[in-house]
Amino acid sequence: MDFSLGDRCEELRTEVREFLAEHLPQETIDRVHETGTAHDWTFYRALGARGWIGAAWPKEFGGQDRDPFEMTALRDELRLAGAPTDGLGQSLIVARTIRHVGTEDQKQEFLPPALAGEIIFALGYSEPDSGSDVAAAKTRATRDGDDWVINGQKMFTTLAHEAAFVFLLARTNPEVAKHKGLTMFLVPLDSPGVEMHPVHTMGGERTNATFYNDVRVPDRYRVGSVDGGWDVMTVALTFERGGFGLSDADRVWQQAVAWAKTTLGDDGTPIIDDPLVRERLASMRINNEVAKLLAYRTSFVAARGGLPTVEGSMHKLWYSESMTADAGELLDMLGAKGVLRRGDGDAPADGWIEHLYRHAAVTTIYGGTSEVQRGIIAERGLGLPRPGR
Amino acid sequence: MDLDLNPQQQDLVAAFRAFFLKESPPSVVRSAEPHGFDPSLWSRVAQLGGPAIGVPEGSGGGGAGLVDLVLITEQLGASLAPIPLLEGMIAARVLARVGDSGREALERLTSSAPAVATVALTPVRDGQARMVPAGGIAELVVGLDGSDLVLASGEPPVGRRNLGDSPVADRSFGADRTVLASGSAALELHATALNEWRTLTAGAQAGLGATALGLGVEYAKQRKQFGVPIGSFQSIARDLADVATAVDGATMLAREAAWAADVCQTDAPALAGMAFLFAGRTAQKASGVALHVHGGYGFTLEYDVQLYYRRAKAWSLALGDPRRGLQALADVLFGPGART
Ligand SMILES: Cc1cc2nc3c(=O)[nH]c(=O)nc-3n(C[C@H](O)[C@H](O)[C@H](O)COP(=O)(O)OP(=O)(O)OC[C@H]3O[C@@H](n4cnc5c(N)ncnc54)[C@H](O)[C@@H]3O)c2cc1C
Repeated sequence: MDFSLGDRCEELRTEVREFLAEHLPQETIDRVHETGTAHDWTFYRALGARGWIGAAWPKEFGGQDRDPFEMTALRDELRLAGAPTDGLGQSLIVARTIRHVGTEDQKQEFLPPALAGEIIFALGYSEPDSGSDVAAAKTRATRDGDDWVINGQKMFTTLAHEAAFVFLLARTNPEVAKHKGLTMFLVPLDSPGVEMHPVHTMGGERTNATFYNDVRVPDRYRVGSVDGGWDVMTVALTFERGGFGLSDADRVWQQAVAWAKTTLGDDGTPIIDDPLVRERLASMRINNEVAKLLAYRTSFVAARGGLPTVEGSMHKLWYSESMTADAGELLDMLGAKGVLRRGDGDAPADGWIEHLYRHAAVTTIYGGTSEVQRGIIAERGLGLPRPGR
Repeated sequence: MDLDLNPQQQDLVAAFRAFFLKESPPSVVRSAEPHGFDPSLWSRVAQLGGPAIGVPEGSGGGGAGLVDLVLITEQLGASLAPIPLLEGMIAARVLARVGDSGREALERLTSSAPAVATVALTPVRDGQARMVPAGGIAELVVGLDGSDLVLASGEPPVGRRNLGDSPVADRSFGADRTVLASGSAALELHATALNEWRTLTAGAQAGLGATALGLGVEYAKQRKQFGVPIGSFQSIARDLADVATAVDGATMLAREAAWAADVCQTDAPALAGMAFLFAGRTAQKASGVALHVHGGYGFTLEYDVQLYYRRAKAWSLALGDPRRGLQALADVLFGPGART
């Protein structure tokens, strides 16, 4: 048994920290925070140039053949530094899915630029009328010669305004059961007929509504078989829930501790000496450790060639729910001043705790809500009967 | 990273699991109540490796590391076996560490008919150690008196009726006690024993939680109301899914704490505290949910889930109020606080 990521990971961590000191200036963090676009091309290309987007990929795809735990260490360091990682996260989900189920041509066309940091992908699953019930998607794709014609609307298409392609879930056969008439496509977002509007959120993140009006896509951009889209989704959703290590909860915990150690309270004593503060921070540290272990287990199962469906759901459920609860606890511990936002000189821990409180709520929603994760754990993990629907 | 058990560990787990399933079903747990000790089970477990299993081979023990021991206490907790194996393992490791002064006592633990030994968790005051786990059955008790690590032996007093039906009792350290170590060495030995106790108890609580979860899941699949299995009601499934997640987390955290101690990681003491607090909370939640899933039947003595419910709470109180445990963890993480 060995819970360490290994010596090579420690070496990589040092390299990543040096890289971040050079390529992640405070301006980038501030800009990401203000625009809500958790992607930065200068940073991303630098990451690609180091070969780190594909760190754990085989050399044939332009990767570095590192072990998957090195990728975990890398992403942990990016998280702790507050680097923008949404583009990286989304693109790796799509890239891994293409590698799993795509054609040779698709691998040739999409994987090298994706791993080099030249393009990113958006995820086009959710629609105005279908979120948790993602298989109820209504966006239509109809065959026309060598092309498909897409019509419909997607909601919450995060980073569509930066992505080259959207990985789109579309209905190709409305006559059969909902899971059996779906097909996946890679739709170029500069295609005629694509429109998008920004959607702004409580956490400051920007996402988008995207519209598809007679958008033509060549058949070679279809991923998986016609009407076989649900199988592709199953793979992609597992990658979505299974790719994490540390989270914002770890970063903000560290920021909160650093702040409490260096700041005096109203009574003139160090904040870190307050038993209520100590209790909150200690308690959150435990939850974070559990989240880390559940994440590492997910990576471990994947590294052994398994598809960690239940493990990934457990991690996603635990980290998001405990982070949301702990963000509230940390804010309580700050009292009245806790409400001050980033940018106000008096904001405790530079306002990161206040921000976490607004941000954390979405982590229990996107990528499958907590209810969806619990359903997966109950049915596939515990073998409980499906609820009557 | 390697989260799998190695082949020896798999064998170890299989052996203890099979032993407890066969030799310590709930009927055995029940018939040992309220004293919480089955002497015949104790004499039989020695064949698998008694309390000295975690003592170096050179000192006559089994040479197992803390990870191996935590795998055993997972099985111990899963079965609620009424034997002082966990306490004995801790005591044996302390006695092995002190060297010559502990040799004679250690020999009684490495023997094929091992004595019952324990460690008092809280310091001795006025010659008394309070609420000693297994204090009601132990012939040998290690305690910290001032800056001396001491050993008392003798007839155990009558145990006290308690929530977990465990053989807990106060022990006196009279004039005939032996000093095992003194000064900073004694303090360190006791602190290490406490962290090992936290870690092994975390394993036991994780095992308890896993069994309680299993009881809840089984009942939820079988019990029907409104014409369907109650497990198909989402609020039931939801609680069980939350518990399953926490139990997996608690199990891994206990193992991580043990691993960290085995390889001398600097964060091992913090992990021991985290593992103990989290596993205690998780075991309570698991047995609480499982009891609730059983409806009124879960509240009756006839059903087993109450056995787990009571012990989950009792075991988590042995070191005092868990919120003070969080304060102690904070001391490890941030250094001692000025205002306590
Ligand atoms: C900031 C942000 C970014 C996002 N990014 C993307 C993205 O890039 N791509 C993308 O495709 N989507 C994205 N999403 C969408 C996200 O995945 C969905 O919001 C989510 O899956 C929930 O769907 P919904 O919003 O339609 O809520 P609903 O599905 O309508 O759910 C509403 C409530 O009902 C509950 N519920 C639903 N079904 C059940 C059930 N069977 N049992 C019990 N409870 C149930 C849900 O848990 C939830 O609490 C994003 C969302 C946000 C907020």
